[in-house]
Amino acid sequence: MDNFEYANPSTVKEALSLLTAGAEVLAGGTDLLSLLKDEVHKPKRLVNIKNIKALGGISKAGNNIRIGATVTLDELASSQLIRAAYPSLVQAALGITSPQIRNMGTVAGDLCQRPRCWYFRSGNGLLNKSLVENGENKYHAIFGTGSAQFVSASSLGPALMALGATVKIAGADGKTKDVPVAQFFKAPSAEGEREIALAANEIVTDILVPAPATKNATYEVRHKQALDWPLATASVALRMSGTKVTSASITLGHVGPTPVRATEAEKMLVGQTITADSAEKAGAAAVAGAKPLSQNAYKVQLAKVAVKRALLTAAGVKAV
Amino acid sequence: MAEYKWPPMEKRRVMGKRIARLDGPMKSSGRAKYPSDMNRADLLFGALLTSPHAHAKVKSIDLAAAKAIKGVTAIRIISGPGTEIQWAGTEVCAVSAITEEIARDAVKAIKVDYEVLPHLVKEDNLAKVGARAKAAGEQVTGDPDKAFADAEAKTSGDYGIPVITHCCLEPHGSVVAWGADKIDFWPSTQAVSTVGGDLAKMLELPATQVKVDCQYMGGGFGAKFPADRWGAEAARLSKESGGRPVKMFLDRATELTIAGVRPSHFAKIKVAGKKDGTITGWQSESWATGGIGGGGMAPLPYVFTNIPNRRMNHTQVSLNTGPARAWRAPNHPQASFLTCSAITDFADTIGMDPLEVFLKNVAVSARPETYKKQLAKAAELMDWKKKYTHGSKKTGTLRRGLGIGIATWGGAGHASKCKLTINADGTVEVEIGSQDIGTATRTCITQVAAETLGLPMSAIKVKLGNNSYPPSGPSGGSTTIGGVSSSTRKAAVNALEKLFEKVAPTMGVAADQLEADDSRVVAKGNPSKAMSWKQACQKIGPTPISEMGENEPRVAAREGLNTQGASGIQMAEVEVDIETGVVRIVEVVAVQDCGLVVNPKTAESQVAGALIMSVCSALMEERITDQTTGRVLNADMEFYKLAGLPDVGKLTVHMDITPEHDARGIIGLGEPCAIGGVAAIANAAANALGVRVPMVPLTPERVLAALANRRNA
Ligand SMILES: Cc1cc2nc3c(=O)[nH]c(=O)nc-3n(C[C@H](O)[C@H](O)[C@H](O)COP(=O)(O)OP(=O)(O)OC[C@H]3O[C@@H](n4cnc5c(N)ncnc54)[C@H](O)[C@@H]3O)c2cc1C
Ligand code: SF4
Repeated sequence: MDNFEYANPSTVKEALSLLTAGAEVLAGGTDLLSLLKDEVHKPKRLVNIKNIKALGGISKAGNNIRIGATVTLDELASSQLIRAAYPSLVQAALGITSPQIRNMGTVAGDLCQRPRCWYFRSGNGLLNKSLVENGENKYHAIFGTGSAQFVSASSLGPALMALGATVKIAGADGKTKDVPVAQFFKAPSAEGEREIALAANEIVTDILVPAPATKNATYEVRHKQALDWPLATASVALRMSGTKVTSASITLGHVGPTPVRATEAEKMLVGQTITADSAEKAGAAAVAGAKPLSQNAYKVQLAKVAVKRALLTAAGVKAV
Repeated sequence: MAEYKWPPMEKRRVMGKRIARLDGPMKSSGRAKYPSDMNRADLLFGALLTSPHAHAKVKSIDLAAAKAIKGVTAIRIISGPGTEIQWAGTEVCAVSAITEEIARDAVKAIKVDYEVLPHLVKEDNLAKVGARAKAAGEQVTGDPDKAFADAEAKTSGDYGIPVITHCCLEPHGSVVAWGADKIDFWPSTQAVSTVGGDLAKMLELPATQVKVDCQYMGGGFGAKFPADRWGAEAARLSKESGGRPVKMFLDRATELTIAGVRPSHFAKIKVAGKKDGTITGWQSESWATGGIGGGGMAPLPYVFTNIPNRRMNHTQVSLNTGPARAWRAPNHPQASFLTCSAITDFADTIGMDPLEVFLKNVAVSARPETYKKQLAKAAELMDWKKKYTHGSKKTGTLRRGLGIGIATWGGAGHASKCKLTINADGTVEVEIGSQDIGTATRTCITQVAAETLGLPMSAIKVKLGNNSYPPSGPSGGSTTIGGVSSSTRKAAVNALEKLFEKVAPTMGVAADQLEADDSRVVAKGNPSKAMSWKQACQKIGPTPISEMGENEPRVAAREGLNTQGASGIQMAEVEVDIETGVVRIVEVVAVQDCGLVVNPKTAESQVAGALIMSVCSALMEERITDQTTGRVLNADMEFYKLAGLPDVGKLTVHMDITPEHDARGIIGLGEPCAIGGVAAIANAAANALGVRVPMVPLTPERVLAALANRRNA
């Protein structure tokens, strides 16, 4: 790890002024520190944002629930406001089964974390298509785009996306902007580009989740029961009229360089009741466009099952 | 002649009792200091530069920039120009510095120029290894061709178990200080009495100069016997740094890359037999790798060694990967997995319960009666008869299945010397150049001494972990408990004899008519004639009694304190989600004999640990190499997957403690219990799925692929 400077601001404004070239935001550090140790990142300065009070807390904000950027995964999963309305978020957070990481890791950190691709983490770049395609790709994308074959590591991302959440970003010019989670994630097309729509001198300040009017759930397929990355997840949010779906939102996680929206499956469900059969069909539709690599065709099946089980869970039907 | 044999089972007060390990509180509270915990003000930190290439020739090394870094105290070249490197992670240079960070910076500043050579790091597909395959010859017994031609039933299956690493929680390494007239060596080791000599040899010094101390060590599993290149280099760095101690431990990635692996084993196995389950023929074509040296054949067919007609062919595959080291029962878990899988598949094919087929065929093993009893006991604990159904009869999304694994091991006590001292104040000290590698060696030695001297355990002070004590063998081959218990017993009996001689005149009883019991010296058959231990010891005078005891393997079996030959049966119940391929452990049952059990509690803990290792290896563990880069991709604890608590399931351990086993004396336990679990779990999954998953670990992709193959068949 190279030496770096450490800054500890107490306001967003101060933090933004410290985010000059080569500086990077430090939240819980659960991802960033391993990136530093593996020398994938070599920032000149780390700007700790955990002491900025304004970035904490979960509260009602008009029609939204506001989740502060530095809210920890544990705070998120134990918040009454969240538990009451967004089981999907709680399930996604609890899927990170290490209490240590939930205690340190933050919500914005989860969205901004870098991919776990083992070629990337060992210094071979994020878009090393030939290494991935000719090598060990069982954990890679089945919805790759161009040269991006890694998977987005965030479990909260797909859940927030399905819930229609927005990311609030503060920029160096003092301006803030609201970016829908669906646009926050993007597949890079050139080495060095980020997987998120965030400039180096910007900070995620809040996440806004629209008022709960949905039945929602996240289902995760994980090899180990203990701490392990999901092989595939699905997060769903359903608006219902009686037992009929009036609109559905389905997002797959850990299967593409960004969370993957399953538009066809969403459309199919409108007007339907969630049953084992309709959920199964939606699952099949969700993975229809998958393009697996040499070793990861099994993830197509896992994503399909995740969708089915997330839908059943959301609808209150026994999933297995 | 002193009588050493163990007191009868019913008379033991301390041995055979469920005693918690003595150093448990020290370890769980963090007060136990491991070599890697060592910190001293004058400590220097060592770091290694390792090869990024799996196969390369070192062309040149430029140390100038590294040398210029302030705080660097010494730099050494390990693999100089011209050296051919055979695996990624090979040590090229070593650096010492005043901080770990500086040492690492210096490593980064060294410039090495390599000529990169072609490498091979994968062996799962034998057709792709080309000239790296070396046939190890054919072994034929009986008439396998006829056996297969005449067979009522035949099966053929492909099975594979990959390379896994030891993944010691405390990585390999040591602290070492090169002093004026001695070298102080604090390694994390399984071999306190031999590792000093090993280091001395590497340094070309007299063995007398190396002082070894290791009070605690964080896991070795067979990989921590030698002083290792990094130990020797740490010593040389210390010398070049004016004798300041150098701490050199491998980082996690290096630990998983070069500090030892368990060889893989792949095989196509054909079994011939009768419809009643009797196996008459075996043919296996196997291959394995343990790195550049290839991989020897696991003992096939395992346990069922006397199947009358056999043909075995084995191929060694040489890879550019980190070398093999002994891994808790070398080659046995692989052999058990391959054999028990093939036999289970045979049972499935003829429509018989595998339990019946195992029971029938243990006749061709070395210990049929023991296995029969153990199979019956394990089946009872598992409720096998009630739960078992053929794999073709399972329905639903979550399917349960049962499987069996079998184990055999030697485990005779190693050469061990022990010194026991009784002082005039009644205190007792045991010194033994052994090590407690987490197996409760300290606790068991204390129990044996306390039992023999008729004292409470608290009256015994055991000193081990230092090579100034009488030498005792390395902890390998499950030989420690037999060795140290026997030498301790003999030292204690010898010392007691001396004590009896001292007190006999005062008590007016012949020395050979005295015994020690309940902190007293008592006349045999006349308990009213007694002296307290304290009073008796006052007769010792100024020179303490100090006696040796020795376990000498060649005569040990005759003496009867320890022997060899442990058997074990493991059964598993798993639940498989057939939509996701995720396998969950419901329960693993182990029935294990190891002769006389010194401490059932710590013995059960040994077995439970072994079962957890088996769960890891059956469901998760696999070293993943990348053919393009030649590197290990999962040299971390994130994708080198190990079970966490929720993955382990219920563990049921039954120590087979019977008068017959007890009469055999002590037999080692560490390895035999780590053998059958993988087979049991793999077979349970095959039963649940109604189809064999050819390769472990049982990952979702392998399980789903096996299901898809069955649908297509
Ligand atoms: C073994 C392991 C298993 C895990 N399993 C899962 C899992 O199953 N699912 C899952 O989703 N995650 C998982 N995680 C990841 C974990 O959730 C993240 O590491 C954590 O959420 C990151 O949060 P942090 O606050 O520690 O971020 P940091 O490590 O501090 O930062 C991560 C990145 O985000 C940036 N960043 C952080 N906050 C902000 C902000 N407010 N504005 C702008 N940039 C910011 C940092 O600059 C950095 O680039 C796992 C991690 C580990 C180590
Ligand atoms: S093992 Fe415990 S102390 Fe060590 S890194 Fe993990 S959580 Fe932290």
